[in-house]
Amino acid sequence: MAEMRSGGAGDTAKAAALQESRRGSMRQMIQVLGMLPVLIIICIAFELMSGRFMSWQNLSIVAQQASINVVLAAGMTFVILTGGIDLSVGSILAASAMVAIMGSLIPDWGMLGVPAALAVGLGFGLLNGALIALANLPPFIVTLGSLTAVRGVARLLGEDTTVFNPELPFAFIGNGTLFGVPWLVIIALAVVVISWIILRRTVLGTRIYAVGGNPDAARLAGIKVWQILLFVYGAAGLLAGLGGVMAAARLYAANGLQLGMSYELDAIAAVILGGTSFTGGIGSIWGTLIGALIIAILTNGLILVGVSDIWQYIIKGLVIIGAVALDRYRLSHGGRT
Amino acid sequence: MTATDAPRPAPASAGVPVLEMRGISKTFPGVKALSGVSFAAYGGEIHALMGENGAGKSTLMKILSGAYQADPGGEIWIGGQKAMIDGPLAGRRNGIAIIYQELALSPNLTVAENMFLGEEMSKNGLIDRKAMAAAAAPVLARLDAPFLPTTKVGDLSIAERQLVEIARAVAARSRILVMDEPTTSLSTHETERLFAVIRQLKSEGIAIIYISHRMGEVYELSDRVSVLRDGTYIGTLGRAEISADKLVRMMVGRELSSFFAKEHRAPPHDRAVLLKVEGVGDGRRIHDCSFEVWAGEVVGLSGLVGSGRTELARLVCGADRKTTGRVFIDGRACRIDGPLDAVEAGLVYLTEDRKALGVFLDMTIRENITLEVIARDARPGGFLNRSKARERADAAMKALSIRAPHTNLNVGALSGGNQQKVLLSRLLETKPKVLILDEPTRGIDIGAKSEIYRLIDALARAGNGIVVISSELPEILGTCDRVLVMRDGTIAGEVTGTPEAPITQEAIMAVATGADVQRAA
Repeated sequence: MAEMRSGGAGDTAKAAALQESRRGSMRQMIQVLGMLPVLIIICIAFELMSGRFMSWQNLSIVAQQASINVVLAAGMTFVILTGGIDLSVGSILAASAMVAIMGSLIPDWGMLGVPAALAVGLGFGLLNGALIALANLPPFIVTLGSLTAVRGVARLLGEDTTVFNPELPFAFIGNGTLFGVPWLVIIALAVVVISWIILRRTVLGTRIYAVGGNPDAARLAGIKVWQILLFVYGAAGLLAGLGGVMAAARLYAANGLQLGMSYELDAIAAVILGGTSFTGGIGSIWGTLIGALIIAILTNGLILVGVSDIWQYIIKGLVIIGAVALDRYRLSHGGRT
Repeated sequence: MTATDAPRPAPASAGVPVLEMRGISKTFPGVKALSGVSFAAYGGEIHALMGENGAGKSTLMKILSGAYQADPGGEIWIGGQKAMIDGPLAGRRNGIAIIYQELALSPNLTVAENMFLGEEMSKNGLIDRKAMAAAAAPVLARLDAPFLPTTKVGDLSIAERQLVEIARAVAARSRILVMDEPTTSLSTHETERLFAVIRQLKSEGIAIIYISHRMGEVYELSDRVSVLRDGTYIGTLGRAEISADKLVRMMVGRELSSFFAKEHRAPPHDRAVLLKVEGVGDGRRIHDCSFEVWAGEVVGLSGLVGSGRTELARLVCGADRKTTGRVFIDGRACRIDGPLDAVEAGLVYLTEDRKALGVFLDMTIRENITLEVIARDARPGGFLNRSKARERADAAMKALSIRAPHTNLNVGALSGGNQQKVLLSRLLETKPKVLILDEPTRGIDIGAKSEIYRLIDALARAGNGIVVISSELPEILGTCDRVLVMRDGTIAGEVTGTPEAPITQEAIMAVATGADVQRAA
């Protein structure tokens, strides 16, 4: 009888093992593919519901809508990989866009608006970085402060009005195409590729992961942590400046009060959807790209399907929470001994 | 199965064991952590559980506590009744308490609040601090605790916090107390006090399951020892049969010819001085520390926990800022303002806290090993030299026999011993002249320990200067040529030996405790 019992126990144990290993392989799949399956499912669902989602024209619109968020989220990826956060990118975008338009109004030297905007973005980013890395202040607090302060600067720049330039010399960035591909999309993809090269193919990138994964160990390993932090916040600021140029070029105008309002939240959402861990050290730029695309597709698709914008907010919020839940599940690997 | 065919009941026990685990298996994806393990403990016995890291001790205990579920087929009997332990709460209800290495206390709460965490007493819906303190007081008195129920846990030492955990278990009327490596961060004196408490609990009829790597403790404390290896139950020894040889054989499955591989000879003192530390202090805890390390020498840095060994090492290697003193490496005065300066001068420091300050768990073995040299190897523009990194990692894997399928695996997936070897590899890649190794074998299994001793010996033979900091005196005696002993933040003395009259534990302890001074006075 004992034998019978042990035989039965063996079978159930085997079944449990199989189930356990299936769960393990599913977890692995989530880790490798990230949110790509979710992206594909959402695309198919919207196509089935609207019948016009998958058109070339609509996809091009989605890509353009996603592009600015992709650029901001790329910077945010650097920051979140170090375990930090940058709440100020929307405000920096607004200030940079103001500078871009105002610079473009200089007779004959209108193209100066672009480098000026990038410099402003980089400057604010480095300021954030210096306060965080050198003065040792918490990133949340510092960038919460600059979220408000830089917004004020953006309004101050245009004396709280909207500035226009119908003859914008760099309007092609926002509205032109190269071989049929919108410049906005090309810029966004270039940012992603360059970010990937930095993160995965350079000494700097490896150190960013190291600082995010274990800052104390990174310091002991001879990494100058402050340099890394200065870089990531500088990069986030620079990319927010680039986002400002893109937004200004698209609109031929900028408004310090409204432009870029709560863009930082979309950028953070894209990074988290992309599987980058909020505690730092884990994540990839491709995940961020997918995350940003999911957000853009949700917005676009829900409009196509005719969902009211109130419900769009609710649905987008729930998707983000669901994704974070997935992130937790992904990270909860059981250790042994 | 009844108690009659249980292996060797402890003297104190008559009849039914308090705890019996039968045929426990546990499968993780791809790994069988435990297969058919049986284990019994009686009330009033101290039952040591030994085995290498990865042998399955922690998994078995996590199943007991309800943190893991055993595969179907295994049974747990508590006090002669079959118990369903399907979660941590069920574990507690069945009178099981586990004290992990990493203590699980809230530093901002008081001792009493911690003791009743999750089962707070309340009056009219408000927390009743007075009642909790009153209930905690007699328990603390019984354990001879030198602090009050109203003390904040954050103000206590590690040893005292451990006592709080024990008090929590006693207050919850636990019948089975599991302790996982409880002495890891205790001084000798604190360890003795802990043993006294454990013996008292034993006399009160509690079954104590004691997990440890330290042979001496198991020897001193336990009534029986059970050994696990590779997830299987190997056997149980009664008190009279316990011997280090037997236990090591059971744990490793082979004879350990020489555990401490000390083949290098203490160099004559006319060899080059590789590290010279002169009057180093931090203006607070460490003051006026001076010592030298010769080429080809292994110097022990001993002392009680809290004597300032790690603090001194961190000052020397630039992890913390020193306010006084100078450091010479290979004869040159070095300006060491940060860890990078030390590494560049040829001095590396192996941290005692591998997980928090050493390895990067979410990065690959390759990235961990090459982290400190990627900048040296980099191609123009700061691009990684990936083929070079692969070469380095593969070579290091072989040199230190790091057991992993490939170097692209995250370090978090490795056992403690292999993580330690990865960390050591990272330091060795910088080609250091002097290594300060802080608790180089803490929390790793006996096989990896022996390999690390061999590595230390090989490094000394190759002409490096090595400082070994360790709380385990046998480790100091087994690896070092001479021993510096710290007390109260300074180097209180040096103990040397000869082949005829080797260094003894007593000689070190005499300096460490200040007994030598008292005797002289």
